[in-house]
Amino acid sequence: MKKLFTTFGFWKMTAVVIMIAGLYSTYVRFFHGLGASTNLSDTFPWGIWIGFDVLCGVGLAAGGFTLAAIVYIFNIKRFEPIIRPTILTAFLGYLLVVVGLMFDLGRPLQIWHAIIMWNPRSVMFEVAWCVMLYNTVLALEFAPVILEKYKMTKTIKMIKRISIPLIILGVILSTLHQSSLGSLYLIVPDKMYPLWYSAYMPIFFYVSAIAAGCAMIIFESFLSSRAFNRGLELNLLTEIARICVVMLGVYAVMKAVDLNDRKMLSLLTVPRFETYMYWFEVTVGVIIPFIMFTQRKIRQNTTGLFIGAVLVVVGFIMNRMNIAITGMEGWTSTTYVPSWNEFSITMMIVTIGFIAFYFIAKYFPVFVDEHEHEDVHKNSVNMYSMHEDLRKVSSPV
Amino acid sequence: MVKKKAMLIDITLCVGCNACQTACKEVNHMPVDEEKALSTTAYTALNEYDGVFVRRMCQHCDDPTCASVCPVGAFTKMPEGPVVYDVDKCIGCRYCMQACPFQVPRYEWSNTYPRVQKCTMCHERLAQGLPTACSEACPTGATKFGDRDDLLKEAYERLAAEPDKYVQKIYGEKEVGGTSVLYITSVPFENLGFRTTLQTTALPQLTWNALSKIPGVVTVGGTLLFGIWWITNRRHEVKEFEQKLHDTNHSNHGKN
Repeated sequence: MKKLFTTFGFWKMTAVVIMIAGLYSTYVRFFHGLGASTNLSDTFPWGIWIGFDVLCGVGLAAGGFTLAAIVYIFNIKRFEPIIRPTILTAFLGYLLVVVGLMFDLGRPLQIWHAIIMWNPRSVMFEVAWCVMLYNTVLALEFAPVILEKYKMTKTIKMIKRISIPLIILGVILSTLHQSSLGSLYLIVPDKMYPLWYSAYMPIFFYVSAIAAGCAMIIFESFLSSRAFNRGLELNLLTEIARICVVMLGVYAVMKAVDLNDRKMLSLLTVPRFETYMYWFEVTVGVIIPFIMFTQRKIRQNTTGLFIGAVLVVVGFIMNRMNIAITGMEGWTSTTYVPSWNEFSITMMIVTIGFIAFYFIAKYFPVFVDEHEHEDVHKNSVNMYSMHEDLRKVSSPV
Repeated sequence: MVKKKAMLIDITLCVGCNACQTACKEVNHMPVDEEKALSTTAYTALNEYDGVFVRRMCQHCDDPTCASVCPVGAFTKMPEGPVVYDVDKCIGCRYCMQACPFQVPRYEWSNTYPRVQKCTMCHERLAQGLPTACSEACPTGATKFGDRDDLLKEAYERLAAEPDKYVQKIYGEKEVGGTSVLYITSVPFENLGFRTTLQTTALPQLTWNALSKIPGVVTVGGTLLFGIWWITNRRHEVKEFEQKLHDTNHSNHGKN
């Protein structure tokens, strides 16, 4: 057993165990139904598959549109080395959200109904369309990485021709559905605990998603640098941390003003479960990383960056879980604890994400060689016509 | 023009005989054993509070939250009043259950291809000019079927006739914009499990406030992003051009 452990590697073993458990739970889910596989009920119809797989999955993939806007709309080209892995993270994130939905939907084979059966008054309808379209945008944004390997230059050129409208569309779609995930909960003013319920939830969801997206860029860069033994673009990540800290600051101020406007500040000291969870989320995800990332020393320090990013991600997940679960338990007077099937399927989906990222990054030019990149950059300064080549090498679009 | 139908439930008249549930189950071809709570096989059920019986069922809101949140429009508010569910459209997202302010929709959790279940207000019977099965079966007239306007008038008359007996409020007249099921009672509503804090405007407006901003975000956002790109791109091009110019000038100087 010990030998098996060392030859196969701890993480690979873990992945295998998770996959086996997840596949078994998949069987239970689809052959025995949601009742047998989950702890959901009539009073608590949305659990971690919505709270984590969908709300967190979409939010943590927000780095994709943030960085795309920075590099292509604001033309800050020095961020190009990290754009491909970021787009890949976002693309996989969104695909896995759809996978998660297939588990959660009671009638998953009918998922396509949203394409032809319209209800423009429904937030869920809007989210469905945005996610469909944004998945298409991400596929096109990432396609050049795959096509490059097979030297399909003509197709790459065709995608490049529409690259700017595509990026703009991606940013708008993301803005819409990131905020709309917050709008989903506008309909439950009586059910959600007032620490979380606010008419400004759409804006909170949007701003916090950008902060979490930035944190994910840092987190993902660290994991990749370890997994692929490559250098870390520390100066770029330091700047990403700066964007992150600005978003965290904006978020904190908005939340405080909102609580004050709704005269709910007194709830912050009420000794009950919701209060503790709220403080946990805000302290871990906003206050501590905000203080950390305002320090130049920590921003420029590898460990500091990593810890700060992990805190933002954890706090973000806590926020979404609080909104989806903690905030909804009081009114329904139910306690919802996910079943182990719900856990194992969620873990399986996350694991699939890691494995897919690993293999795509291994076999396709996701991480462009930094020296090659610099050479082309020099040339492009000298020769106007080389500008196009620069894009070919370093951009996903 | 179809007149909107409704049911008036006078809690003071209910004796808890459960005839409404039995009739409902027969009409909907469900097992007729008595159930104490709403379920996938009980579209209505009686809750008892110290000898006072309260009928639970779908309220058939005038502007139903379930119909507004459903991404595929599986719920329809019929002009006659019923809110009906179309299983052929449903994708099973359960947003209706999450959103319903009365917590009415029930789900077939043990079914591998589950349906949402709730009272249909006997819309098929209504189409034939018949009243709802439950109101027809009610022996005491606690549940009365009729035009909503007429029933509201009657409810007000009953409240006025016995002001000491009745709580001076018709539950369902204004709750979440009004519903097609109206209640009057002698015991305060909050003691009978009714949510009395519900707002009087329809809930779908809350999400519409956000959704209606989409066209603005798309047009303003799109223009803004394109504008920013145009400026930054132009700056980039000019810079490159100047660099090129500088380089050629430099080499020309070298020749002279």
